[in-house]
Amino acid sequence: MSDVYLDHAATTPVDEKVLKAMQPYFGDIFGNPSSVHTFGQRADAALQKARRSMAGTFGCQPKEVIFTSCGSESDNLALRGAALAARDQGKGNHILISGVEHHAVTHTAQQLERLFGFDLECIPVDRYGGVNPDSVAERIRPDTILVSIIHANNEIGTLNPISEISTLCRERDVLIHTDAVQGAAHFPLKMDDLKVDMLSIGAHKFYGPKGVGALYVREGTPLIPVQTGGSQEFGKRAATENLPLIVGMAKALQMVHEEADQRLKNTQKLRDRVISNVLGAIPDSTLTGHPERRLPNHASFAFQGLDGNLLVSALDVEGFACSSGSACKTGNPEPSSVLLSMGFDRGWAKGSLRVTVGKDTHQKDVDVFLDVLPVVVKRLRELT
Amino acid sequence: MGSPRVVVGMSGGVDSSVTAALLKEQGYQVIGMTLRLWSEEHLGLDNRCCTTDAVGDARSIAGQLQIPHYTVDAKQIFHETVVSAFIEGYQKGITPNPCLTCNRHIRWGFMYQRARALGADYMATGHYARLRENRNGKVQLLKGVDPDKDQSYVLYMLSQDDLRHTLLPLGDYTKYEVRKMAEEFQLPAAHRPDSQDLCFLGGDDYRDFLLRNQPTVHHPGPILDTEGEKLGEHQGLAFFTIGQRKGLGISPPRPHYVLGKDPERNALLVGTRDELGQSSLQARDVHWVSGSAPEAPLKAEIKIRYTAPAREGVVTPQPDQKAKVQFPEPLRDITPGQAAVFYQGEICLGGGIIQGTSP
Ligand SMILES: Cc1ncc(COP(=O)(O)O)c(C=O)c1O
Repeated sequence: MSDVYLDHAATTPVDEKVLKAMQPYFGDIFGNPSSVHTFGQRADAALQKARRSMAGTFGCQPKEVIFTSCGSESDNLALRGAALAARDQGKGNHILISGVEHHAVTHTAQQLERLFGFDLECIPVDRYGGVNPDSVAERIRPDTILVSIIHANNEIGTLNPISEISTLCRERDVLIHTDAVQGAAHFPLKMDDLKVDMLSIGAHKFYGPKGVGALYVREGTPLIPVQTGGSQEFGKRAATENLPLIVGMAKALQMVHEEADQRLKNTQKLRDRVISNVLGAIPDSTLTGHPERRLPNHASFAFQGLDGNLLVSALDVEGFACSSGSACKTGNPEPSSVLLSMGFDRGWAKGSLRVTVGKDTHQKDVDVFLDVLPVVVKRLRELT
Repeated sequence: MGSPRVVVGMSGGVDSSVTAALLKEQGYQVIGMTLRLWSEEHLGLDNRCCTTDAVGDARSIAGQLQIPHYTVDAKQIFHETVVSAFIEGYQKGITPNPCLTCNRHIRWGFMYQRARALGADYMATGHYARLRENRNGKVQLLKGVDPDKDQSYVLYMLSQDDLRHTLLPLGDYTKYEVRKMAEEFQLPAAHRPDSQDLCFLGGDDYRDFLLRNQPTVHHPGPILDTEGEKLGEHQGLAFFTIGQRKGLGISPPRPHYVLGKDPERNALLVGTRDELGQSSLQARDVHWVSGSAPEAPLKAEIKIRYTAPAREGVVTPQPDQKAKVQFPEPLRDITPGQAAVFYQGEICLGGGIIQGTSP
């Protein structure tokens, strides 16, 4: 029922230029990049071009870019691949993740703990959902093999000081992975600045197609393939490459880097408008996540005593698509675990709302939204 | 915008799906809503009204009808009101009807509130009953036109305010017609069989459910005949219902039936077929659909169970939302905890919960 899309952290529409870039690879250029013949050679050329383009934007080597099927798979490959490689080499057993990771990281880490006996430890976060580098340093032990810290949290938008954390991990000779699925959609990330060993992205968060992602793996990082078979992706991920989507992702990522300044300016202006209006107009509301160190398009709130799920439904009926940390299509009312780990009590943690604008969001739509939201919140508070 | 907004409670089944389709066709702005109700999930039992499959079905039917659909969790309140009242009722020796509690507190309570929160003017369900506004502006509750499917019995407790904001489009059709319409609308649920058992039992026997959730219902006591003579032992009053013949475990010359329960003595009272039957009942929490009790006793047809035929009798309203119902002949299955619902012809006048009986 919504017309106005304010949920760009969930996914984004495919940009027209991206769609155009992909089209030939659904048509004439359909070959398998591994084939000997010219059909295969043409496909392989496009594949390598996409890889070089991604490497160029990241400032890394092409062979450090591993194509996957999504952000989740990138996280899975990073954690499972690095942990099993450490096991294979008889290294330590200790894995550190933060308390605000995406399920793609937490569930993978928990499975490694349960089925493979790794020793998983969770790093607590501050009240903004941020990870303090000191908290990481304190917990690193001689048997620590991997640290995984989210670059920017999807629910509350808080950015983490990844380069500080990666520096202290390198000093201690511990692998560092970051889930940059959200951050890579806004910032022209450079691997030299971040200094991580592995970094996950997913194309559909930045106007690329769904079903494709990538894992940056620094040269020399021990990694065991999770999906075995052919020797594609330098033996790190078997499967005939999904060429059209890979080409689309490369194009979309290139656009993030080219248009970053412009997009940042637009979205940040709207984000700040949303934040100041909502906090001003709605009683018993609070911003969740860091007030400044946050994703440029991301405004997230908690409203005391409100059911976030119902709020998102009511906003949808009024024509606005948003999301809630606690909401999913099954209507599960569990409070957001991220908010709980930041110290919110249940009465607040159930009533979260996330508003994420996009590069093409109009200010007039945001203004109508800002008129409607207080009315809907008031109605819900009166009725439930 | 402009057209009235209605929230349809959707279970993924044929009735609620056709309800949504009909209202959409009639030009309403239709929103689907599915409640997640409580079940013994730890046993892998799903609530029949809202199995994971059913929620998915409802969502996909809504998608097919191109209406928005939301799932709302009602596990906690469903357990606190419906399930606990069910368990408590059995503990007290009555035979509760949880569908009545559910309609009162969950559908026309919790869900109606949420429909209002979504800005809806109306709430609709797939019940087979009709609504009609009479000349004084009151809304009347009428039986559904399909005599085999009429569900006004479970709606007698609705207030005028509830009824004014309720749409029951299926009351004008027979089940057969509804299935036909489901086929015409190409709804996948068209051939799904109806189910009668209680949604939260997940197909299990209510006795096993009670034993798991309230082990104290296992409470052996005497089986007494009308003379007060002990004929045997029962394992718990909750496992028996009025008129029951099987499972008493006594073998006197003639078959015995459950006549009643005496919770104070934890005794199950049994007798012969001739002794079974009461010709009057007392009802509590009596609700009159019109909003006010009649001044004088009135002749009516009374249903004492959802599936029982209506019997003629006289209803005498009493103070404190009570009523007495007198039948010309004794009835064999008047059961405390079930509702007595009063009709005049097709009009449902109201009803109450059966509290006690007398010969
Ligand atoms: C931080 C983060 N990590 C991982 C993912 C998973 O990405 P995908 O849905 O592409 O598998 C998401 C997206 O929901 C995300 O926001």
